[in-house]
Amino acid sequence: MKGYFLTRILSLVPVLLIVSVFVFFLIHLTPGDPASVILGPQATPEEVEQLREQMGLNLPLYQQFFEWFTGILRGDLGWSISQNKSVINAFFEHLGPTLSLAVLAQGISIVLAIPMGIIAAKKRGTKIDQSVMVVAMLGLAIPSFLLGLLLMQLFGIKLQWLPVAGYEPLSSGLWEHLKHMIMPAMALGVIQTAVIVRMTRSSMLDVLSTNYIKTAYAKGLKERIIYYKHALRNASIAIITVLGETFGSLIAGAVVTETVFNLPGIGQLVMNSILRRDYEVIQGTILLAVVSYLAVNLVVDMLYGVIDPRVRMSRKG
Amino acid sequence: MQESLLEVKNLKTSFSTESGVVTAVDGVTFTVHAGETLGVVGESGCGKSVTAESILQLLNERTTKYEGEINYKGKNILTLNKKQMQQIRGNEIAMIFQDAMTSLNPVFTIGDQITEAITAHMKMGRKEANKKAIDMLSLTGISSPEMRFHEYPYEISGGMRQRAMIAMALVCRPNLLIADEPTTALDVTIQAQILEVINNIKNELNMGIVMITHDLGVIAEVCTHVVVMYLGQVIEDADVESLFSNPAHPYTKGLLQCIPQIDGDRSRQLYTIEGIVPSLDNVPKGCRFSQRCPHSDAKCLNEPPLLEEINDKHKVRCWHYDKI
Repeated sequence: MKGYFLTRILSLVPVLLIVSVFVFFLIHLTPGDPASVILGPQATPEEVEQLREQMGLNLPLYQQFFEWFTGILRGDLGWSISQNKSVINAFFEHLGPTLSLAVLAQGISIVLAIPMGIIAAKKRGTKIDQSVMVVAMLGLAIPSFLLGLLLMQLFGIKLQWLPVAGYEPLSSGLWEHLKHMIMPAMALGVIQTAVIVRMTRSSMLDVLSTNYIKTAYAKGLKERIIYYKHALRNASIAIITVLGETFGSLIAGAVVTETVFNLPGIGQLVMNSILRRDYEVIQGTILLAVVSYLAVNLVVDMLYGVIDPRVRMSRKG
Repeated sequence: MQESLLEVKNLKTSFSTESGVVTAVDGVTFTVHAGETLGVVGESGCGKSVTAESILQLLNERTTKYEGEINYKGKNILTLNKKQMQQIRGNEIAMIFQDAMTSLNPVFTIGDQITEAITAHMKMGRKEANKKAIDMLSLTGISSPEMRFHEYPYEISGGMRQRAMIAMALVCRPNLLIADEPTTALDVTIQAQILEVINNIKNELNMGIVMITHDLGVIAEVCTHVVVMYLGQVIEDADVESLFSNPAHPYTKGLLQCIPQIDGDRSRQLYTIEGIVPSLDNVPKGCRFSQRCPHSDAKCLNEPPLLEEINDKHKVRCWHYDKI
């Protein structure tokens, strides 16, 4: 088991190398010169040239990449020119809102989606099933920024229950924090919900047609136990796989949602860095996002073993 | 005569499918007494398993319709509600299935799956339930039951899985056991052992058993009474001696001739019944076996025969049983 995860973690190294090459060249090949953006339109060509020299932008690309990459291996993601602090510091300063948004959105989606999926599977082919699936389709079709704006209009402006936008950290109180997070988390969570409902329904349907569910009925178990113990445990393997896979779209959605609700999260950091051509921040943040995606999927992989004893067994060998 | 334990009367099980209603079991009638093993025999697709699952109403409740009567201890259980039916399942009437690998939940231990059958029907503490489960496991002759208790289905052999299934089904001491091809997936030596286990427990609990099988060897070994099914109907109903010595229906005769004889002429080709079982949406108009029967005539093709009594122990559904 330990050996299995050691191999899994080691196999991430080549993935990271490929991702960093990709991220680096993608950004360095986009037009726009960071030096002239930083110095503004009044700067003379000489001043720009001088800053370029200072930033190492005149070195050949492969050399720039080499320096950046060896920095990463030392744990140094670089320096943000626009914010005048290390990329890691900038990242962690902006992590709070994004983390909170992601956790809440995922939480909302799980709490909504799994019971909905189970009910749809249980009432398969009925009006209830159809309406759950229509709602799920709608959730999938509405872009999160539009849903965000609609929520703002309703709860922020019409009813005035919640602040329209902005952010309060957890340190200013749980309710203060949540008040600002509920709408963005809803906007983001609904799309996730749609995906998870569909997955829950279809994997529950698969499991419910198996022989061991028939056995469970034959034993005279209560339906609640059959659905939530026997069926859900087996269906959850497919469900958590989807949770891991959609984590990527959750991050992407977070960027948009943060912009709509003016949350000072990673999304805003990336947006501002792109506008200011702050290369090292963009590279570093994307790399860290990829790492967190891989980490989430590693956790999913570990959960397989917790849920299914057969997976534990095969990893022992 | 003692009172019957289970009396299936004119059971008709039909499914609504996209292409219309299909009747898989059409007017099946049989009786099981306590301490008796009734064999239900027939080819694949003849409705044996549907009959078995109809007794416990395990088929898809949305698409399945049951008609007729299933009287358990004199009470028609088809009229019970969901909750009452739950109390019967596993407690009064238990069932074991053909493929123990897929019939046990892969993610829970054997012990967990047995004890939940106990706690579903009895108020019992965890320790007591565990002990009861281990006792039941050892009664099935499984090796080192305490160890098996903590193991998962994939960790034990096919024979052990079937024993675990039996323990799970019988742990609440049901009065009736429905065994749906319990030995089909096992090799011959294990098959004999499992049948013995079932038989021993039957004698101990004075259970009635409905043994579903396509294997006439199993019937000969454990059953006292047999019904032969063909395309959703009972075509012959007899005690086991009469059936083997005096089969009346051409289909039963055919089945018996299909058994290879070691002392006969081995160069002779094995007997087969011509043709295949017709599909359920295309049931023959007359006798359902008429298209495959070597003796069929115009009457057979056009008029469906009824289950007629030959003597008080033997019934048959054939127009010409007395001539062939």
